[in-house]
Order: sequence, then C-alpha cells, then structure tokens
Amino acid sequence: MAALARLQARLSGLREEYFRRNRYLRKMTIVIQKWWRGYRSRRYFRKMVKTAYFIMKMNFYNEMAVRIQKRWRGYYVRKYIHNYYALKKYLEAISVNNEIIRSELQKYTEMKENEEKRKDLEKKEKEKQYQARKMHYLLSTEQIAGIYNSPFRKSPDPMELLLRKSKPLSHRRQQKKSPFACELHDWPTCKRPPSFSTAQPLPCIGRQKPQGPFRDPAEVLRQRYKPLEPTLRVAASISSPLEKAREEMKREEWRNRVHDNEFLPFSSYHKNEKYDPSIHRSGKYGQEAYGIKHFREVQPKKWVTDKDFRTVLPSIVLFEKFGKTYSRTGQIV
Amino acid sequence: MSQRQVLQVFEQYQRARTQFAQAVAELASRPQNIETLQNAGVISLLRPLLLDVVPTVQQTAALALGRLANYNDDLAEAVVKGDILPQLVCSLSEQNRFYKKAAAFVLRAVAKHSPQLAQAIVQCGALEMLVICLEDFDPGVKEAASWALEYIARHNSELSQAVVDAGAVPLLVLCIQEPEIALKRIAASTLSDISKHSPELAQTVVDAGAIAHLAQMILNPDAKLKRQVLSALSQIAKHSVDLAELVVEAEIFPVVLTCLKDSDEYVKKNGATLIREIAKHTPELSQLIVNAGGVAAVIDCIGSCRGTVRLPGIMMLGYVAAHSENLSMAVIVSKGIPPLCACLLEEQEDHIKAAAAWALGQVGRHTPAHARAVAVANVLPTLLAMYVDTRSSEDLQMKTKKALKNILQKCTYLPALEPLLHDAPPNIMKHIVGQFSKVLPHDSKARRLFVTTGGLKKVQEIKAEPGSLLQEYINTINNCYPEEIVRYYSPGYSEMLLERVENYHPVL
Repeated sequence: MAALARLQARLSGLREEYFRRNRYLRKMTIVIQKWWRGYRSRRYFRKMVKTAYFIMKMNFYNEMAVRIQKRWRGYYVRKYIHNYYALKKYLEAISVNNEIIRSELQKYTEMKENEEKRKDLEKKEKEKQYQARKMHYLLSTEQIAGIYNSPFRKSPDPMELLLRKSKPLSHRRQQKKSPFACELHDWPTCKRPPSFSTAQPLPCIGRQKPQGPFRDPAEVLRQRYKPLEPTLRVAASISSPLEKAREEMKREEWRNRVHDNEFLPFSSYHKNEKYDPSIHRSGKYGQEAYGIKHFREVQPKKWVTDKDFRTVLPSIVLFEKFGKTYSRTGQIV
Repeated sequence: MSQRQVLQVFEQYQRARTQFAQAVAELASRPQNIETLQNAGVISLLRPLLLDVVPTVQQTAALALGRLANYNDDLAEAVVKGDILPQLVCSLSEQNRFYKKAAAFVLRAVAKHSPQLAQAIVQCGALEMLVICLEDFDPGVKEAASWALEYIARHNSELSQAVVDAGAVPLLVLCIQEPEIALKRIAASTLSDISKHSPELAQTVVDAGAIAHLAQMILNPDAKLKRQVLSALSQIAKHSVDLAELVVEAEIFPVVLTCLKDSDEYVKKNGATLIREIAKHTPELSQLIVNAGGVAAVIDCIGSCRGTVRLPGIMMLGYVAAHSENLSMAVIVSKGIPPLCACLLEEQEDHIKAAAAWALGQVGRHTPAHARAVAVANVLPTLLAMYVDTRSSEDLQMKTKKALKNILQKCTYLPALEPLLHDAPPNIMKHIVGQFSKVLPHDSKARRLFVTTGGLKKVQEIKAEPGSLLQEYINTINNCYPEEIVRYYSPGYSEMLLERVENYHPVL
C-alpha cells in the first residue's frame, strides 16, 4: 500500500515534471480538451433536447389519442353495445308482440268456448227433438187443444210447433244410445258399442199366408240374416305373427312377380359389343376430346399465369385495421 | 258308462272352472273383497288355471291375477313368488291377443309397485316378450305392452336402460304414429318416463326420431294426449342445451302457447314446464321464447290458474329474468310483476311462495331501474314479513332473504324503502340504511322527506357497533344534516332538555 502510494506520487511527480517542462504543450492540450469536451457535451445536450422534445410530442399525441379514444369508445358503446334506443324499440316491439299474442290466444279460447257451447246446444236440440218425437200424441187437434196450445195464450208454445214438425217414432225399439258412446275413445279396441240382440222382427202387415208348406217368413228371415257369432277360437288368430308375416310375404311375392326372368339392362348386354361412336364425334385419328372431355377450348399457351382464378372473400373493413390503427412511431423511444 | 256321460263330467268340470275364474275376476274388481280373497289363497288356486286347455279360462284367470296384483304390493309379491311370471312370459308369444292383453296387464300390475318387483319382471325375460307384443297387429295388445313397459321404466335409470336395450324405443315411436288415441297416449307417456332419467336415454329417444312426431301431436284436440306429449318433450329438453335446441327446432313455438290456454289444468302445467325447461339453459333460448311472445302467454297463464299449476310458470319467469338485464326488462314490460306479487300473497303453499320470491329477486337485482319497478309494486314489505314470520319454512326464509338483499342492493326508490326501516331485522337493516346513505347526500328533496316521515328518528334509534358497516352508514346519513337536527332526533333528547331546564339558574 505504501509502495503503491509512493509509486503514484513518483508517477504524478514525473508527470508534473514533464508538464512543467512543457507549459506550452500543456496549455494547448487543455485548449484541445476544452473544445473537445464542449463539443461532446453540446452533442449530448442536443441529443437530450431531441429526446425531451420527442417525449413531449409523444405525450401530446398520447393525450390527444386518449381524447379521441374516449369519444370513440363512448360512441361505440352507446351505439352498438348498450344502444339505449335500440333497447327501447326492442322493448316496445316486445310489448306490441305480446299484445298480438294475447289477443290471438284470447281469440283461440273464445273459439274453443264457442265450440263447446255449440256442442252443448246441439245436444240439447237433439234431446228436445227426440222428446217431441216421443210425445207426438200431445199434439193438439181441431177439437181438443193440446197442453202446449192453451186457448188463453196468444200463440202456441214453441213445443207445439216442434210437435207439429216432428215425425212420430216408429214402434221398432230404438237402438238405445248406450252410455259407452261418449267414452268410445277411451276403449282402445272397442270400435262399436256392444250391441244387444234385437227382438224378432214383426211380420209384414196384411200379408196373406201363402198356401202351401211354407215356413213362417219371420223365421226364414231370421235364419237368413242371423249375425255371425264366431267362437273365440275362430275369431282369435291361431297362427303367430311370424307365420302370418310369412304368408303375407308369399302372397306379395305371388302378386308382384310377373316376369320370371330378371330384366336385363340392354338387349345386347350379353353380346359384349363394342360401342360405335357417331360420325360427329369421331375424329380422324380416333375420338376427339372435344364434346366428351371438355366443351370449351383452352389454349394454355395464351394464358398469362399458371394459376386459376382464386376466390377472394370480401374483407371485413374493421379487421383490416387491426394493428394498423396507430402509427408505429410510438415504438421507438 | 256311455260316452255321453263321460263327456258330461268333463263339460261340468270345464263349466265349473270357467265360472270360478269369472267369479274371481268379478270379485277382484271390488277392493273390499280382495282381503278375503287373499286369505282364501286365491293365487295358488289361479295358478294352475293359467295352464288350462280352454283359452277362456286362461284369459279370465290372467285377468283376475292382474286385478289382484294391481291392488297392493303384497299381492304383487305373492304373484312373483308364486313363480307365475315365467309361465306368463313363455305363453305370451304363442297365445291369442286376448291372452296377451291379460298377461301384459298382470306384468304391468306387478311392475308398478316398486323397483324390486320391476327388476324381478326384467329378470324373467319379460322385456323381449313385451317388445314382441309391441309389434303385434292389434292395437289393444300394443297398448297393454307399452303400458307395462312404462311402469317398468318409470322407477329408475337402470330399468329404463334395460327397456331401451330390449329395443323398445323405435317400436314406441311407431306406436305414436298409430291412429288410436289411447295407444298414442300410452306410447307418449312411456317415452316420457324413459327419457326422464338421464341425458343418454333422452338422446336415444331423440335418435329414434321421436321429437318430430311428438311435436306434431301438440295440435291434437285430445287433452290427455296433449298432457303426455308435453310432458315427454319437457323431459327430453330438460337435460342439456343441445336437446333443448333440438326440441325448439321442431317448431313448437308458437303452437305451444295455445296449450297454455287450454281448458285442462294439467295441459297448462305441462306446457309451462316445457317452456321452463327450454328457457333455463341459455340466454339465447330465453331470448327466442321472449321474441315469440312466450312471456306474455305464461304471465296470462299464471294469472288464470291457482295452486301448484302456477309453479312452472313462476319458475320460468325467474329463469328468463335471471339470464340478463334486457330479458328482465322484457319481463317487466310484459307486465310480469303484478301476477308474481299476487302469487306471493294468495298462495298458501310455502314452495310456491318461495318460487315467487326467488323470481321477484331475479327480476329486480340487475339495475336500479329494475329494482324500482319491483319496489313500486309494493312487494318489499310482503317479502320482509315472510322473512320474519316464524311459521315460514327454511327454504322460504332463505329465498326471501336473498331476494330482499338482491333488490335492496340496487334499489334507489326511497318511498318504498321507508316502511321497511321500521320492522327490519339487523342484517336487512344494514342494506336499507346503506341505500339511504348512498342516495341522501345528493338529493335535497329526499333529505327533507326523510326527516318529515320520521326516518331520521328511526335511524337514530338504531344501535350499531362502532366500526361496523352499519355505523358508517349511519354516520354518513348524520353528516347530511345539521347537528341540531340530529341531536333533536336522537333518543333521550327530551330528557336532556328537561335536565337543562332543571339545572338552569334563572338570570335575574
């Protein structure tokens, strides 16, 4: 350490001596160094000024950009994302639509109700008519006024009019409307209501009994028109569905197979004849490609490029601007 | 003995057997006889009659067994234990349609009671036979077979999977297209029971092409058929977004809305269920329903029904409003809030009230405009009352509390908040006071109203721990007013004044 200090002292002393000998050199060196340092600092200063100016400009641009972005974002959000007026219109459209739907549904219910009422009315009408037909004897005559045509009334009761219009019921006992009729669709397999056996039909009125060994016509008719009452064994299918299906298939085959030989595609199919092209298409040296392979003349030598037309999709303008909306000047600092 | 006398013995026996079978079948249709029949050991007597040569006896015996098994599950277990099922299953393929119907009836009656009995039926190999019956030409046999399959598939997803693996689904879809209404009904309800368990089963049903046919049958005038069809579609749609989209693509809107106006209550309920299952998945589906006018139809439906029929409609409105604020505003604009309030007030059942409270919470929680619409309907005091009421169930209390919290956090409509100040419990109170503390610093008219209606007085009376959120809110409110006013309304002010009067020495 001390040696180092002595060395340094000696060296500086050497230097001083050297410079003491050359004061002129020293002065000149100082001047050169002065100029050089001034020059370098001025250069550095200029650089600093440039950077500061640049930063000031960038700040200004950034602020202005922020203002523009602020305005743009507000506009964009208000117009496209949270469009108040569109929302208002949408809600109004919804209310209008709701009104329409409500009125249509109302009409639908009313229609249904009207149908129900109409059905009820028709039923009642039928009932009344049936009653009138049953009680046709209550009709009033010339001498005796019926109960519906009281002499103290101004005009006869509507029931009276109905009685006048209706035809009396025949003596044949009506097939009673069984209570099953209205619930028919609840019975899956019952297509007709269970019919009761009718009483024996009366013989024709005023018919002279023919002379001879003839049987009673009522009996004959009964025997002739006796309804079929198959036993359970007959009515039910004995064969399983498999056999039934097989029979069905056989029947179908028998029906549809008209021609025993398969249809051949062409009459000369089996002859393996070669195809004769027509004169129009056969060229001098064999078949011409035009008309078979292409219909359009192409002259590849005249083409400008090798590649075919490419489909170019129309670009979305907004996406083109991706990454290019702001200048690149901001990246170099 | 002559041949005739020998044959007469046989005839007598046959007649006796037929009579016995018919009599038992007749008696079994009345519930009061069944106990006696059971004690008399009727099942073991009927069992050999199933193997009888005469078809009528077989069928009547099967019918009697079916009616007995239908009555309660002890008898059904006895039928299973008596080894009757294998015999039934074997003879199903060979016999005529009446026997098939009766046998399918027995299987149905046994399967309906519990999953174990249904499992026993599946283990006998009955499923293949039932599926073969589904291919039969007679619609009655098809109906009986599909009814039996429905009762088997109804219990859990393993049994449904077994039914599907037996290949029943395409045949059921064919059955739906048959002209007989009863067959259509049963086939639709079978498909509904199969698809309700899991998404894979629903997907199987959809792959068989069921949706198109079911969608066509919505227009059918028969009410019971519509019930089953709507239930089937809603079971399919409930599992996932894709299934719901498939159902929607079948163009059910706006036809489904006419079902909401049907005269049958259950058609309305199932229609509302279908719409709810579609609306709950995504905002887009809800948007579709709103655009088709579904919200208005459901609101009308809620208004016209009473009881549990309303529940799916209420939940549908809640789901629609929960997705986004625009949809919630659409619900408000369609006049949805008054029926929901009416439901809250009129209904007795707690779960319906809870659903209505939840739906109101979803409607009101998005923005102050929504909360104002809910608050204007004067529903907040009702919600508070239900929350505080000790007779409400846990579920109801929780839902009302959540709904209140959600609405209060956005509510700036002070006249609706005033009445709540007086009765609210502390955890609700802090939200109410918080809202006041947000609005009062900026609105002078509101401040005046707050003082004149006695709100400031009430706020002074609230005791809050120092440092808690409630205390901060109270301080904010107190800072809105001059000190004298605050001191004037603080409790005990009159005593303080009187004390000052007492201690005052008159200045002479």
